[in-house]
Amino acid sequence: MIPLSGFVSQLLEIILALAFAPLLTGWVNQCRAWLQNRSAPGLLQPYRALHKLFNKESVVAESASPIFRIAPYIVFGCMALVCAIAPTLSTDLPLAPAADTIALVGLFALARVFISLAAMDIGTSFGTLGARREMLIGFLAEPALLMVLFSASLITQSTSLANIVETLAHQPFAIYPSLAVAGVAFTFVALAENARVPVDNPATHLELTMIHEALILEYSGRHLALIEWAAALKLFAYSCIGLALFFPWGIAGAGTPLAMIVAIPVLLAKLAIGGVLLALIETINAKMRLFRVPEFLATAFLLAVIALLVHVLLGA
Amino acid sequence: MEALLLVLAIPLIGGLLLAIWGDREVGQDLNAAVSFLTLAAAVWLTAMVIRDGPLLVWGEWFFVDALNVFLVTLTAFVGFTTSLFSRPYMRVERDHGKMTPGRMRLYHSMYQLFNCMMLMALTTNNLGILWVAMEAATLTTVLLVSVYRTAASLEAAWKYFILCGVGIAQALFGTILLYLAAERAIGGGEDALLWTHLANAKHLLAPDILSLAFVFLLLGYGTKVGLVPVHNWLPDAHAEGPTPISAVLSGLLLNVALYAVLRCKVLADGALQNGLPGKIMIGFGLITVVAAAFFLSRQRDVKRMFAYSSIEHMGLMTFAFGMGGPVANFAGLLHMTVHALIKSAIFFAVGHAAQKAGSQAMEDIRGLIKVSPTVGWGLMLGSLAILGMPPFGVFASEFLILTTAMREYPWATPFLLIALGVAFAAIFSRVQPMVFGETSVRALAHPPALLPVFIHLGLGLMLGLYIPPYLNDWYEQAARMIGGG
Amino acid sequence: MFFWEPEVNTLLTQSINLFATGLLVLAFAMIAQRRILTLIHLFTLQGASLVAATLVVAYLTDQHHLYYSAAITFVLKVVLIPILLHRLIDRLNVRWDVETLFNIPTTMLIGIVLVIFAFNLATPIAGLSASIARGTLGIALASVLLSFLMMIVRAKAVPQVIGFLSMENGLFFAATAATSGMPMLVELGIAFDVLVGILILGVFMFQIREQFDSLDIRHLEKLKEE
Repeated sequence: MIPLSGFVSQLLEIILALAFAPLLTGWVNQCRAWLQNRSAPGLLQPYRALHKLFNKESVVAESASPIFRIAPYIVFGCMALVCAIAPTLSTDLPLAPAADTIALVGLFALARVFISLAAMDIGTSFGTLGARREMLIGFLAEPALLMVLFSASLITQSTSLANIVETLAHQPFAIYPSLAVAGVAFTFVALAENARVPVDNPATHLELTMIHEALILEYSGRHLALIEWAAALKLFAYSCIGLALFFPWGIAGAGTPLAMIVAIPVLLAKLAIGGVLLALIETINAKMRLFRVPEFLATAFLLAVIALLVHVLLGA
Repeated sequence: MEALLLVLAIPLIGGLLLAIWGDREVGQDLNAAVSFLTLAAAVWLTAMVIRDGPLLVWGEWFFVDALNVFLVTLTAFVGFTTSLFSRPYMRVERDHGKMTPGRMRLYHSMYQLFNCMMLMALTTNNLGILWVAMEAATLTTVLLVSVYRTAASLEAAWKYFILCGVGIAQALFGTILLYLAAERAIGGGEDALLWTHLANAKHLLAPDILSLAFVFLLLGYGTKVGLVPVHNWLPDAHAEGPTPISAVLSGLLLNVALYAVLRCKVLADGALQNGLPGKIMIGFGLITVVAAAFFLSRQRDVKRMFAYSSIEHMGLMTFAFGMGGPVANFAGLLHMTVHALIKSAIFFAVGHAAQKAGSQAMEDIRGLIKVSPTVGWGLMLGSLAILGMPPFGVFASEFLILTTAMREYPWATPFLLIALGVAFAAIFSRVQPMVFGETSVRALAHPPALLPVFIHLGLGLMLGLYIPPYLNDWYEQAARMIGGG
Repeated sequence: MFFWEPEVNTLLTQSINLFATGLLVLAFAMIAQRRILTLIHLFTLQGASLVAATLVVAYLTDQHHLYYSAAITFVLKVVLIPILLHRLIDRLNVRWDVETLFNIPTTMLIGIVLVIFAFNLATPIAGLSASIARGTLGIALASVLLSFLMMIVRAKAVPQVIGFLSMENGLFFAATAATSGMPMLVELGIAFDVLVGILILGVFMFQIREQFDSLDIRHLEKLKEE
């Protein structure tokens, strides 16, 4: 029997994620536009885009197999589950035992595999190209992500994300050099995984460089809407996991339902700041050549390994 | 006390004066005069130590005992004879246009500062200052190695600087670890790195720290000693620098570095009580002897060949000190002395020979006996002496080392014998045509300074036949102090 | 004595670890950095974190000579040597030089192995140290070895020198972290040697360039065993 408070917090989290993920994307776009001296499309533009896409007919190529059709649903499902597991508001989550940090990385990988399969399914050259690039990034980013999560696991002696955050949030403030380094590594990974600027540009369809856009060229209508929504959820999930690991203050613990009321504005404030920082990173960096991406991710991996080693040596 | 002050101050002041007047004609004589005064002060210091026993002065920061007093004298002595040799040698280099007045000034000034730093490294009681002085001694010679500004000499100096810099950094890490151990055993502070304090409390030093510290110190100072595999700078620096510098590098700097290793070994031995430092030194020494002998047999440049010979002999000394015990230590100290004397004598002779031939390649040097019988005989006798022919001192020390090795480490003896044999064949087969071959070269404009060669060879001969009693006492005292075995 | 003082002290002790980690990460960054200018910035940053760590240790242990040591390090490693390096690259006209580095991933892997090696070596000793920052001895050793690696893989003169200087940073850090600072006179001597060393190297680089028209040390590989 799931206690009521846990049920409430879990439900609240999922609703919050589904509802606010597009807003976060819109906020980052807004900040980017401000920083780049452009006029912004409006904070709610992602919602309008989703609304428009859901109302459109979904066109599927003749050669498409069922994989192509189910992939958007699987991707969306994976991301929604990740958002449910990530302790955004509270660590008292009944769904948390469903997947620890390792399985979490697995969920991301599952989504990646399906979207890549779907991209190759049609047999266009862009889809295959995008799939190859996506797999390259994934294969380099995942070990780094795992290492980052392991550093946090080592500190807290647990692989469950909820437990990790619970421990980190409710102990006296301490400086963890390993977490500082791991945080930088996590930022690198998050930029690559969410197709942000130094690695990919979400606002371009230039065939030489695009990665994420190449994967979803063949999608339209509600399929595309789901994928775009899933992308927004992914950004939301990554931001929340990063915030929860490295700035865990304000997240409600188990059995403190009232703290949830504080947790919502705190989370929104943290996300707003995070969005500004992301926009800043995207503005001051130029997109790197594709051949440099492995180096970028290798750096992330290296930093994560240093974090682990430093933790082993210093115990902190 | 005053004597020690003079020993350190004379070369320092001399170096500063020569930085002003080193480019004049009088510079060379001034250089020799300063070196002579240093030698006189060193002799006075030695006399004081003979009379009063070990000297511990200036807040115990300087220290002269049986182990370093004879090295001080030796350093001052070879420094003096080398300055005598460098007068005609550098004059010829200047006439050939290789040395400009500015370079002459740099050369003279740095020569004295180099001597000063070595004497400081020898006499200081503080292992931190020892490090500082060793590094400073490197720095003073870097620009001397590249003084000709040729491509090869620049390369040699760069290698010298970088490799020795890296090496000496390892030694600094070792010193830091030593200080860490000292902090625990006798408390921190300004006096914690004083060797005498550490030696009194050596059994209190944490063995874990000391074993690691010794490895770093051995690798660090060992780079300067020229131990294989960290010897790469040595042949280049010897071959490309001016010959007087090759002579002092081989004869003195390597000794001082080995001295630093010995001081550290005493501490590590006391802390570890398991003979590990000695075993590490035996390993390095043996590898060095064997590797150097084979490298040596493949050289074409005469100075490179004798540089490898220096590496080989330093390896032999490291091996001897590694075995430890009164006899091996005695032999090592004796070998240090005679090697310094004879190797610098060889470099004097080689320098003149190469100047005459206008090349350091051995196939270009021929018939020295006809061009200049003294140079020829000097090189021949020096080579025979360094190869360990009786009755020279090298024979005595090598004989002692080998017999001790046969008794203590019989498995090592064949390696040593093979290495010595290879070195013998290589050097002798190359020196023989250089001395007795056919030639058409005429004599040099300036008469060579061969007095230093024969003084050195004479002393080397004497030490093979008869060791003065006070010297014998020192060697025995120092051998006891180094201990081990 | 304020009520929060103990907590602040704990945080300061932890901040030493943070600076140490910064030192290590910077050592890695320097190995992979292609631009000479950025390399100098990284070196300056490394010096700054060294100064910060020294200051914290000085405050926590209340040792006045460590403040002097921090001051020397600041003047030397953060101000003087970077200025000299900047002037050097200006005069040599290599400010915008970019070095081609091969096999960065392999170098990095070797670097990680070195770090593990250093940590293993230092762990038993760190336990014996009485210093508050004893865990950082391994990091100091690792930084020294990494700078060593950098000197091996670099082919240009200026990066090699920066590697050399960064090695000194690691050593200074070892002295501060493991022990509570070497005796003052020794530290002064070391600082003096480093300064003289960099001056000599500066002179040297002009000589090399005059001779070879380049600062590529691969020109300096003529002397080989036959």
